[in-house]
Amino acid sequence: MEMLMDSSQAEHSFLSSVTASERTLNPYVTGTSVVAIKYKDGILMAADMGGSYGYTLRYKSVERLKPVGKHSLLGASGEISDFQEILRYLDELILYDNMWDDGNSLGPKEVHSYLTRVMYNRRNKFNPLWNSLILGGVKNGQKYLGMVSMIGVNFEDNHVATGFGNHLARPILRDEWHDNLSFEDGVKLLEKCMRVLLYRDTTAVNKLQIAKITEEGVTISQPYSLKTFWGYSAFQNPTVHAEGSWLDMVTGWAVTTME
Amino acid sequence: MDLGKVNLDAPHSMGTTIIGVTYNGGVVLGADSRTSTGVYVANRASDKITQLTDNVFVCRSGSAADSQIVSDYVRYFLHQHTIQLGQPATVKVAANLVRLLAYNNKNMLQTGMIVGGWDKYEGGKIYGVPLGGTIIEQPFSIGGSGSSYLYGFFDQAWKEGMTKDEAEQLVVKAVSLAIARDGASGGVVRTVIINSEGVTRNFYPGDKLPLWHEELEPHNSLLDILNSTSPEPMNI
Repeated sequence: MEMLMDSSQAEHSFLSSVTASERTLNPYVTGTSVVAIKYKDGILMAADMGGSYGYTLRYKSVERLKPVGKHSLLGASGEISDFQEILRYLDELILYDNMWDDGNSLGPKEVHSYLTRVMYNRRNKFNPLWNSLILGGVKNGQKYLGMVSMIGVNFEDNHVATGFGNHLARPILRDEWHDNLSFEDGVKLLEKCMRVLLYRDTTAVNKLQIAKITEEGVTISQPYSLKTFWGYSAFQNPTVHAEGSWLDMVTGWAVTTME
Repeated sequence: MDLGKVNLDAPHSMGTTIIGVTYNGGVVLGADSRTSTGVYVANRASDKITQLTDNVFVCRSGSAADSQIVSDYVRYFLHQHTIQLGQPATVKVAANLVRLLAYNNKNMLQTGMIVGGWDKYEGGKIYGVPLGGTIIEQPFSIGGSGSSYLYGFFDQAWKEGMTKDEAEQLVVKAVSLAIARDGASGGVVRTVIINSEGVTRNFYPGDKLPLWHEELEPHNSLLDILNSTSPEPMNI
């Protein structure tokens, strides 16, 4: 008679209806791309305010950019409930840091490292937090911008993006980003990326926030919308030469004779 | 970077919103302009309202390839039919040709269509031809993934005997509402009005559509907002 059992076996041994483990298999309410760049005074980060439920654009005022402590800014895409859980973990982290009351405070590099460990350890237990996170900040004049994925892949760079942003925004940034961008140029560059995402990502929503973090602190803009452009002549009559494929000429003849 | 598991067994949702409405004297067909492959918008300004004859058009949803080939075949058959008949084909005939192809190839096709037009015998008519090849004559018809959000709206807003302008406004409003909530619908709203006088095509670009709940007035840039002297009113 086996007396020593581990917890997962114990749950199955009696008439138990408890499942052995909880694993996130698919996300439900999700946020799409976050894009961030280093600029002259610190970091600029942009994200829209959409919380999609599959194909449905269910929630349109979800804040996906949040300050962390005094020196960091966190942007998240993926499952919103997991992002909210991460914010709770970070609250606790910052609380304990403050309780030391020693004049030191966790910088962006440390917070990024903490998040990497959290994400990677969850991944190892096959129970990931279904997010891609961007962590940016400035401490003692040093700018920091990093990313962590749901499987714990992490790196730093001058410009980062999550999700579709990797495919649509980063090529623009590779071309147009340069050191020491002004605030105005940085905002315009991010808006260029966000507009492309609005056109080409089905889960994007036209309501966004841009956040900046500098040595002075974090500012998150009020929500606003971007203008979109549809006034191309090709958009008004896209099928003027395409309708009917092989029947083009015949259809034209038929139209005139039926008049 | 993001790992998402795609459920390959889930039915391929028709990424579109299409509408056909009869009014006092003809029909109004409407559609969005987004063609999506998964999450990517392949074409943000496509034309989903396709001409079959001078007086009959079809709104296409579902697989772009399937709906295009069906309308190409139907256009071809209708053309021959018109010559043989000696006068314009009726909307009913056009719709039944669509049905024939959809029904006999039901295992292979994945497209839902709305056929609408005007002929001298029956006036303005709308026929829905959903997946499977059912044909159903309706005073109005909605289709595509975006239509899920419009059943309640039409139950409340559709009325018998509308004027041409009322019908078109209803269609534009409806497509615009669907675009607001359906990720697979977007872009511009295209309408086609068909009556005894002929065919009128209209184009409502994305930036001219009304704003709905939680949507904000668009700006060129955040910099314009930050630099404006008067404080922005709170958007609730």
